[in-house]
Amino acid sequence: MFQVRIHGRGGQGVVTGAEMMSIAAFQGGRHAQAFPSFGSERTGAPVVAFCRMDDKEIRLREPIMQPDAIIIQDPTLLHQVDVFSGLKKEGYILINTTRSFAELGLGEFVKDFKPEHLLTVPASELAMNHVGRAVPNVPLLGAFAALCGLISLEAVQSAIDQKFKGAVALGNKAAAVQAYNTVMKHNAEETHHA
Amino acid sequence: MLEQCEGSHAVAKAVALSRPEVICAYPISPQTHIVEGLGQMVKSGDLTSCEFINVESEFAALSVAIGASAAGARSYTATASQGLLFMAEAVYNASGLGLPIVMTVANRAIGAPINIWNDHTDSMSMRDAGWLQIFAETNQEALDLHIQAFKIAEELSLPVMVCMDGFILTHAYERVDMPDQAQVDRFLPPYEPRQVLDPNDPVTIGAMVGPEAFTEVRYLAHAKQMQALDLIPQIAAEFKKEFGRDSGGLIKTYQTEDAETIVIALGSVLGTIKDTVDDLRAEGVKVGVLGITSYRPFPISAIRDATAHAKRIVVIEKCFAVGIGGIVSRDVRSAVRNRPQPVLTVVAGLGGRAITKASVHQLLLDAIADKLELLTFLDLDWAVVNRVLEREKTQRRSGPIAEGILRDMGTVLVPGA
Repeated sequence: MFQVRIHGRGGQGVVTGAEMMSIAAFQGGRHAQAFPSFGSERTGAPVVAFCRMDDKEIRLREPIMQPDAIIIQDPTLLHQVDVFSGLKKEGYILINTTRSFAELGLGEFVKDFKPEHLLTVPASELAMNHVGRAVPNVPLLGAFAALCGLISLEAVQSAIDQKFKGAVALGNKAAAVQAYNTVMKHNAEETHHA
Repeated sequence: MLEQCEGSHAVAKAVALSRPEVICAYPISPQTHIVEGLGQMVKSGDLTSCEFINVESEFAALSVAIGASAAGARSYTATASQGLLFMAEAVYNASGLGLPIVMTVANRAIGAPINIWNDHTDSMSMRDAGWLQIFAETNQEALDLHIQAFKIAEELSLPVMVCMDGFILTHAYERVDMPDQAQVDRFLPPYEPRQVLDPNDPVTIGAMVGPEAFTEVRYLAHAKQMQALDLIPQIAAEFKKEFGRDSGGLIKTYQTEDAETIVIALGSVLGTIKDTVDDLRAEGVKVGVLGITSYRPFPISAIRDATAHAKRIVVIEKCFAVGIGGIVSRDVRSAVRNRPQPVLTVVAGLGGRAITKASVHQLLLDAIADKLELLTFLDLDWAVVNRVLEREKTQRRSGPIAEGILRDMGTVLVPGA
């Protein structure tokens, strides 16, 4: 089982992001379960959503306390919420920011993590460019597909189509593609340098 | 067809496939997405021949459903928490009049203190109101139980409450197998009422009954629920024949055959308990689970038979009767009466407190070591409780308990501090 916890703020599409991740995993033939942290959601308040993926039926209903991956939609949460709680050392971290882990003051914290499991993406900027609103959930999903390889870009596109229609769907799909390609290109360059 | 969707959406579609003729809608979390979904289907024309009525309260929601059902319409509504309490009088009327309404209860705690999260206090408050109550373990089962509920209700001419855990199921995205309309039509025939308000053939639905016959009318309500003990498994078998899935029935068992310890629970927590049982079995601990699907009628014989060889029974329940203890466990005790096996009550998951595998694991090890009290509150924070008790002992104006606890925990700041 692979478990993902998404941290963000009310209005950033945190819950929708987890739901789309579960749809993409389902499209890939997996069992998946997405659920919110059941809070009374308000714009700007910290929000958590979860997604589990497995090759067999998922029966567990507890919140995800030891995630395999953490997605942070809003880096201002780093100073407010214990976003990394329970994260495994071989886990993945994906942050929506224009800065690096070192610039975020996380250099020391992530030094034992695998570098190829750490990623920052300017998801709000990508969303602004393609959708016209700084809702970073979809570009992060595209980046997550490239980072972990658990869901395909095609499945992400299909999940977007299930959730959105018209121009919003088109914009989000373009944002997901750009995020995905940026990460894949970056990975290829890293491999090349190595 | 398999699809990945929200529990509320799966239920809304199941209700739509059951061809309801009247839907009464009043929003309350965590049920709102269900009636919203149905409203969209009526508006878009995906659900036809259905009157979607926005009412002004929960009392009105069920009252309108009662009127519609008495006029011969297949009627549906959904509610939760305080909404169920607000319609309490109508809840008793619907069953007393014998009207086969189907109502979803998206289980949620009851205030005060106000709390929107999941537990079973709401539907438990109506357990003796004469409705059938069936509990879903997964979103697939919630979907399936709604289709079965219309058939059970109409066969008996009694209302059915389908209970599903608020948020944990209603707001969870998971895989469901959505039946098609032809399948549902083969399984669920059009509603043929036993009683109907018809100007050409007038009857009184709701005649006043005095001491000369009230006991007999009430006894018949009980007799009908006893008939349901045969009908519910029969309809689950018919369902399996059409849809190929095991859903519904009175109880379901998992690893109970040789189990020395059997855990009994209702609803979505069964999944977490099953995973815990697998872990304990791997350690060589003989433990099993019994899920109660039909809470009303209460399947005394089925539970008695399934637990015959167990040394002890642990009932994990998301509710409790203040002043005495367990609710489900009291019913279980009546099922295993005259047997030496202890029935241990564990109150868990109140107001959305997560029931974790780690806690259930330790709990069951304690139960097996005979270290469990007759009444246990899972993961109760004694420090929090004792601080309040101490304050009440030392201060006359000890203040409101809820706020005092939030201040102790730092959730609410002390003014001027």
